[in-house]
Amino acid sequence: MIALRDVTKQFGARARVDHVSLTVERGTTRVLLGETGSGKSTILRLILGLLTPDSGAITVDDVPVTATSRRDVLQRIGYVVQEGALYPHLTAARNATLPARAEGWEAVRTGARLVELALLVGLDQELLDRYPAELSGGQRQRVGLIRALMLDPPVLLFDEPLGALDPISRSELQGELGRLFRELHKTVVLVTHDVREAFLFGTTITLLRDGRIVQEGTFADLAQRPAEPFVAEFLRAQAPPAAMTAYL
Amino acid sequence: MRRLTLALIILATATHASAATAIRVGSKSFTENYIVAEIVARIAEEVGEAPVQRRAGLGGTGIVATALESGEIDVYPEYTGTISRAILKDPSLTALPALRAKLAPHGLTMSAPLGFANTYALAVRRSMATRLQLKSISDLRRHPELTAAFDPGFLDRDDGWPGLRRHYGLGITNFRGMEHALTYRALAGGHVDVIDVFSTDGQLTRADIVVLEDDRRFFPEYAAVLLAHTAFTQERPRTWAALQQRLEGRIDTTTMARLNAEVELDGRTFAQVAATFLGQREVQRRHELLPLTLEHLMLVGVSLAVAIVVGVPLGLLAARHALLGQAELLGVGLLQTIPALALLAFMIPLFGIGKVPALVALSLYALLPIVRNTHAGLTSIDARLLEMASVMRLGGRLRLFTIELPLASVTIMAGIKTAAVLTVGTATLAAFIGGGGYGTLIVTGLALNDVRTILAGAIPAALMALAIHFLFEGLDRLVVPRPLRH
Repeated sequence: MIALRDVTKQFGARARVDHVSLTVERGTTRVLLGETGSGKSTILRLILGLLTPDSGAITVDDVPVTATSRRDVLQRIGYVVQEGALYPHLTAARNATLPARAEGWEAVRTGARLVELALLVGLDQELLDRYPAELSGGQRQRVGLIRALMLDPPVLLFDEPLGALDPISRSELQGELGRLFRELHKTVVLVTHDVREAFLFGTTITLLRDGRIVQEGTFADLAQRPAEPFVAEFLRAQAPPAAMTAYL
Repeated sequence: MRRLTLALIILATATHASAATAIRVGSKSFTENYIVAEIVARIAEEVGEAPVQRRAGLGGTGIVATALESGEIDVYPEYTGTISRAILKDPSLTALPALRAKLAPHGLTMSAPLGFANTYALAVRRSMATRLQLKSISDLRRHPELTAAFDPGFLDRDDGWPGLRRHYGLGITNFRGMEHALTYRALAGGHVDVIDVFSTDGQLTRADIVVLEDDRRFFPEYAAVLLAHTAFTQERPRTWAALQQRLEGRIDTTTMARLNAEVELDGRTFAQVAATFLGQREVQRRHELLPLTLEHLMLVGVSLAVAIVVGVPLGLLAARHALLGQAELLGVGLLQTIPALALLAFMIPLFGIGKVPALVALSLYALLPIVRNTHAGLTSIDARLLEMASVMRLGGRLRLFTIELPLASVTIMAGIKTAAVLTVGTATLAAFIGGGGYGTLIVTGLALNDVRTILAGAIPAALMALAIHFLFEGLDRLVVPRPLRH
């Protein structure tokens, strides 16, 4: 379970995260939806302890996120970002197994886990010997996913994981991620600006604007009972035109 | 780091110890001083009281005098005017007993004059001297229409042209600055009528020119003597006695000019000229390229290795602590603003002369590009990649050696390459403090104004710089991970 209680984080004079309270129950998926600069990525970085809140408290599975407990908290979290943030000088396999090396796992155990996860995320094993530059965007993202899952953490955080992908691999990975979330019963927080993605993944969606929560609920809640005109406006802006859906 | 310092100190002490048993003869880096030093060395060898070490070509007065005072050399040829002005800083001292008395507290002493004086003088073409009846500088007062070319140093110094003009009341207004090496040609070609010369210039024995008498005694006396450590004269009494007996008053100004000419105009070696003067059998001894190459490689290799071992951790430290980093970069930056030759000179009181101070100075000099590039390489790593390392809890060695150093390797290697190529060039200056290497040829060539000898040192140095460049390009393949190479 992830809990934020009245968290505020300022950059200069401007509040990036403004009195946000949020609870993500164990085994559920939460989508943080909003425009660029709405504070959704900052919330992830606060949960990871990469930033310290100016006020308020954050817990991950009841462990408060502080400077001293940060390492324990991080052990429970897998983190996936746009493009995967893979190290260009390491092969896919070396990238993916870094968390295991940090833990001091034996090679045999690491190797077995790598094969298992490659199968799970649908990555061809022979691609593991390639460098990131030799992989496609979708393949890189799968390697990033293997890396996040390496130590089997109960919590997964995704920051625009599909943001840089072309439409087909994006749609493909959207399907697979949805399946994984259901199969693995992880506590997931996924940040996106894409309404379609929020619709696909989020049992609960939190819509943010200027660091504040505008509305929280299912997609149906947001679509049918918008808390303020902005909610309807935001959803409508990304909806395909009716005339277009008629052709598909 | 501490171990390294210790090793350097031990090395320095070792060179001191071995050198203490030998007689070490130094010289400045110009022809006449080389020749006299070689003559001194040969006499000392004949006496056989102790083995003789030649530490020739130690730059100018600053370096060679410091080397003498710090006990790095025992004796070298000097001039009374330089002793009073540059070493004792009291131009009023002229009498020999007074000079000796002032030298004594420094633990130094000097021989009686060797016979020649290397002073400034004015010279004119013989044909013109005859036509205008010019014998002394006073005679020039009658001819303010004459043109003159003077060495820049002579033009500026108060004991040069400005003082001379006042002293004699000369009316010459058409004068200009010109490199000393060119003035003889300008005079011979009739482009100018009067030039400044040194009384022992080799060209004086060949060119058809006349030196004008300093009839109103303006130029200070620069009589040649041997400047020596008092302890040396006491510990090697037979050598010192032989030097005095065989050299005092034995080399007059004409002889010295002739010896200079033999080297500068006839291309004979210092050793050959010295041997002839002493009536010894002539020896064929010349600088061999292979030992100089090995020496140069050693200077570059060792100082570069030290600079890498010290510089990369310093760069790492600078990247970790912003404030300390700025102070550190400023520090190594300042080090670079010290002219290389001055840095070498600063090393003499600390490490003496020879290889050790050269290695220390070269290592310090190579630091900047390595520290700076290590810092730049580490601080320019994509922040997201570092953040991901933190999230994965990669720490300590794993983070440093698996993530940070490889990602910064291209930039760090570029710094090391810069340092390597720079060091090949800077190492040629090591010869000024007896460090050896290709610089030995360059220093000698500069002294002789002999372009061929200079090139004999400069071209191999340039080739070595090229070779090292390509060697490091190859080394990139070992150090820089494949996907990061261009």
